[in-house]
Amino acid sequence: MLQVRESVVEAEGLVRSFGGRRAVDGIGFTLDAGECLAIFGPNGAGKTTLLRLLAGLLAPTAGSCRVGQVDVRRGHAGRAQVGLVSHASMLYASLTARENLEFGASLYGVADPRGAAVQALAAMQVLDRADTPVRSLSRGLQQRVSIARAIVHGPRLLLCDEPYTGLDEIGSAALTSALAERRAAGAAMVVVTHNLVEGLALATHVAIMRGGRFARFERRAEVDASAYASEYRELVTLDA
Amino acid sequence: MPEATSIALAPPGMLRAAWLVARKDLAIEFRTRTAFFSALVFALLGLTIFYFAWDSTAVAAIDLAPGVLWVIFTFSGLLGLQRSFSVEQADRAMDALLAAPVERESIYLGKALANLLFVSGVQAITLPALALLYNVPLSHVALPLAGLALLAAIGLVAVGTLFSSMAVNTRLAELLLPMLSLPFFLPIVMAASGTTARLLAGRPVSEAWPWLRILIAFDLVFIVACTLAFPYTVEE
Repeated sequence: MLQVRESVVEAEGLVRSFGGRRAVDGIGFTLDAGECLAIFGPNGAGKTTLLRLLAGLLAPTAGSCRVGQVDVRRGHAGRAQVGLVSHASMLYASLTARENLEFGASLYGVADPRGAAVQALAAMQVLDRADTPVRSLSRGLQQRVSIARAIVHGPRLLLCDEPYTGLDEIGSAALTSALAERRAAGAAMVVVTHNLVEGLALATHVAIMRGGRFARFERRAEVDASAYASEYRELVTLDA
Repeated sequence: MPEATSIALAPPGMLRAAWLVARKDLAIEFRTRTAFFSALVFALLGLTIFYFAWDSTAVAAIDLAPGVLWVIFTFSGLLGLQRSFSVEQADRAMDALLAAPVERESIYLGKALANLLFVSGVQAITLPALALLYNVPLSHVALPLAGLALLAAIGLVAVGTLFSSMAVNTRLAELLLPMLSLPFFLPIVMAASGTTARLLAGRPVSEAWPWLRILIAFDLVFIVACTLAFPYTVEE
């Protein structure tokens, strides 16, 4: 019997201009269930703008992004399948970790917001601080809660912008484990990072972004990890 | 942890999502109480300053009170409106709201509902304080006055919530919000103070009907217009 693989995310010719400048300039890729794309690139390469386009936060100037065959800018079904970990925590400092997650889960229509919040906090090993106001948590713990918020609704596409920033050893291990669980559950991921080692360890696909475009895009298996760092530096310094 | 492919999501409809946003805003305000107490203290101080600046031999309390009341409600309301979207900006929580599978209009309606309860709370404490300080009997007009205050508050928050979302991303948010809002508040203040004057003078409510019609029309037009305009104010 022929098995049809369903893509989780399909980005096609994504362009986003700000004034006359193209922050993202014709990006396209497809990820299937369980796949992870790590994107490297210098500051200002357009990585964060690309994530915001994939999350449906920005309207593309041209092109489209579909998650589970649904355009993220049209209707809710596409956005409901996306989880976003950003530079900022996107949490309410006055609310507790649990309240933040319950609010997020309710907005996504999770049947049991409280249960989902507890599960996600436990996955990030921060359940013992569930009833602490976010403002009282350290930066690293806030990052863990922020990641828990992003996975509380079981997204099919997880977008992570420097997810390991601020995490200690326990937090990093919890994140790696949570990401592995997500992938095993059929989620795809796009991870933006400056850390080549972390990115290469996670990814099934890797890309180097420069000037809004993918200067390189390849399968992880085709990449020589030992040479990648020097190739990356060489490519990035072309801009300098 | 929920399964990526099996979890059943049923995103809330517009009114349910609006209620979730309003409940969250009220929970934040309940925890911090900064905006409410700031607005309340401002309102009570305003009443006191007007009281000491008032020459009771030249102007009767019943003539002064309506103007004082609505000037104070307008400016104290702005304090709460200012905070409405700044709580979303602190750690870019607004991004999480916009990424959620809910209508953007529901975010506006939720914010407006929370602001309405906030403004109404300040009004509920300020009105008796006015009665005490200025010795203006309100008991005989308490019900129509409460209805009028609600009608006016709806108009204030409908406009103010929209402008708050526009102003919050600017460097001069504290200045821009009053500058944008106050010209639109003018019809509300005129209608509300005109009606209040008639009510305090013991005139029948029917005499204030032309003002009330303006208020009701203003509320309906601006609730609809601002709800429809809101998604464009949060688009980058």
